[in-house]
Amino acid sequence: MKYVDEYRDGGLARKLAATISREANTGRTYNIMEFCGGHTHAIFRYGVQDLMPENVRFVHGPGCPVCVLPIGRIDNAIELAEKHGAIVCSYGDMMRVPASERRSLIKAKAEGADIRMVYSIRDALKIARETPDREVVFFAIGFETTTPPTAVAIKEARAARLKNFSIFCNHVLTPAAVAHILSSPEVKDHRTVAIDGFLGPSHVSSVIGSRPYEAAARDFQRPVVIAGFEPLDVMQATLMVIRQLNEGRYEVENEYFRVVTRDGNRKAQALVAEVLELRETFEWRGLGEVPLSALRIRDAYAEFDAEERFSIATRKVKDAKSCECPSILRGAKRPTDCKLFGRTCTPENPIGSCMVSSEGACAAYWTYGRFRFGTEGRALDRAKEAVQ
Amino acid sequence: MTLMSRFSSRLDVTSGTIDMTHGSGGRATAQLVSEVFARHFDNPILAAGNDGAAFDVPAGRLVMSTDGHVISPLFFPGGNIGCLAVHGTINDVAMLGARPLHLAAGFIIEEGFPLADLDKIAASMAAAAQEAGVPIVTGDTKVVEKGKGDGVFITTSGVGIVPPGIDISGANAQPGDKIILSGSIGDHGIAILSKRANLEFDTEIKSDTAALHELVAHMIAQVPQIHCLRDPTRGGLGTTLNELAQQSRVGMRLREAAIAIKNDVRAACELLGLDPLYIANEGKLIAICPAEHADRLLAAMRAHPLGREAEIIGDVVADSNAFVQMETHFGGNRIIDWLSGEQLPRIC
Repeated sequence: MKYVDEYRDGGLARKLAATISREANTGRTYNIMEFCGGHTHAIFRYGVQDLMPENVRFVHGPGCPVCVLPIGRIDNAIELAEKHGAIVCSYGDMMRVPASERRSLIKAKAEGADIRMVYSIRDALKIARETPDREVVFFAIGFETTTPPTAVAIKEARAARLKNFSIFCNHVLTPAAVAHILSSPEVKDHRTVAIDGFLGPSHVSSVIGSRPYEAAARDFQRPVVIAGFEPLDVMQATLMVIRQLNEGRYEVENEYFRVVTRDGNRKAQALVAEVLELRETFEWRGLGEVPLSALRIRDAYAEFDAEERFSIATRKVKDAKSCECPSILRGAKRPTDCKLFGRTCTPENPIGSCMVSSEGACAAYWTYGRFRFGTEGRALDRAKEAVQ
Repeated sequence: MTLMSRFSSRLDVTSGTIDMTHGSGGRATAQLVSEVFARHFDNPILAAGNDGAAFDVPAGRLVMSTDGHVISPLFFPGGNIGCLAVHGTINDVAMLGARPLHLAAGFIIEEGFPLADLDKIAASMAAAAQEAGVPIVTGDTKVVEKGKGDGVFITTSGVGIVPPGIDISGANAQPGDKIILSGSIGDHGIAILSKRANLEFDTEIKSDTAALHELVAHMIAQVPQIHCLRDPTRGGLGTTLNELAQQSRVGMRLREAAIAIKNDVRAACELLGLDPLYIANEGKLIAICPAEHADRLLAAMRAHPLGREAEIIGDVVADSNAFVQMETHFGGNRIIDWLSGEQLPRIC
């Protein structure tokens, strides 16, 4: 398949792996955080870690839109359907994420709430047009990749004078999260979490460009290399991070230049700026309150803001006890460090969000990497238990 | 045909619809059965008009299987729920090494369902049964109120006879065995997805729905030592191999390069963020046999039209974890796990 196979070429991968082995300095470790779940997925699906030398390690980042959404916001979505009788339209990935009291959208749906899985916000608009006597709410989640479609939908809804359509906006921003991770005490002061460099987001950067990471790279002295989601992209970008570290540079470089430019998609940015604005602060699962890290719908479009329309109150809900999703999202722990991993928490019966989404680190560990756990302690026994 | 005279006027199979009387068990039910099902399925056992079917069976082990079909959309590129229901059960019987003999069909039809569609579905079932040489000899019809079904649900059951000396079961795989796949994967699932209401896209891909019993008979005649046969339907190749690994308590090692996937299927999967290993098939089978017979079995499969693209895709290994692993094109290794939940496209 053109434009895909080229980036999955095994021969090139072996050559790149040899170059990485040659250039990675054996006297040190390279801890590279891949920000996005898409990268995590590629690393596991194609076995990229197998091709890396021992001292090049991937630290899985928080770039999974489903994973970082706090439980209170999922409770809010269930409330929209149950209390306000709205048709709540959600991406499929959200459906099984645990809410409070071991509920979830899929359980609420089974109990009678009108919650529908859609593939895009357009489907939600269509439902709103077809059911004018019902309130229809789109449960908008995602990083900058999914913000332009939200902006377009709001403008379309206004043009079509839709009176029954609104959006429960949970869009979050990547550069704010990168800066927040780097300024956290465990990275900055205690150095209990080692992050030497970043593989920067691919699809997100196609919208916002590579410029927004420049401040973080400079201020925190960490190289950031924007990387595509194909396995060769991940390997090439890893080599670029290693080279920067070897040369003592900390710049934003762009491996994914076939799609990403420094300034990004300005038209999309303008559209988003017209309809959405920064929130002063937003709660992330794992990271806590992060200032200026999320978007809300501007007052001029308040009629399409489900939070306004239904007076949704922010709920603070604690994560499940002993679930390590918060630490895993910060890169402070690996999925196999969690007591629940593979035991009570599996994709069939998720306790934490990282096990639900295909972009979550726990789900990727479980789905693609189970056989490796022999080298990571007790986990192999758990995997055995799960099989029996 | 003499039955027709019992009813004052013929069913309107052009613009008529199913109503609750068609499920009442009275005259309307009898007319529906007679003018749609019996007319198409036409065979002496069914024509006897009993509530069950009586027939002679040859000596041997009797295999019985049943399969419910609830597919949406009902009509898709390459087939419809009718032929699918016939092929599905024939294949389930054949995967135990049996020669399928007879089928039964149960219909649950939603009030308001167009008779023209039902007629098309019945015709397709009849054609599939005729082609396979496995008649539908008994059946049942029920009607549910509008909103309590999804057009039509069809359950088919089948019986067949295993020839003497054949022992095929999902529990028989042994370390050292070879795993053979009969052709390319994912065609059926992608054909269906391409017609789903909220996901329509253009593709040339057609469902691979087909009856595999003749291919199986041919394989068994050449290599009676086959250990396992299974058709990778719902859950796809990945889930089916895990079932076999679990049942036989063995591991498997696959080579990605040997697994055939049509370009259109790969492209659709890329676009939708799906893994073709978990996409359904309806006309493919997995065979596991001792290594010393693998080449002969492969040649036998390739000699049959439904096995022309057969390949050895991997080996059975000893592994108490029953893990299915795959060497990727890329040179790495990955686990092929059971499919959990539904496959979903990624968001960002």
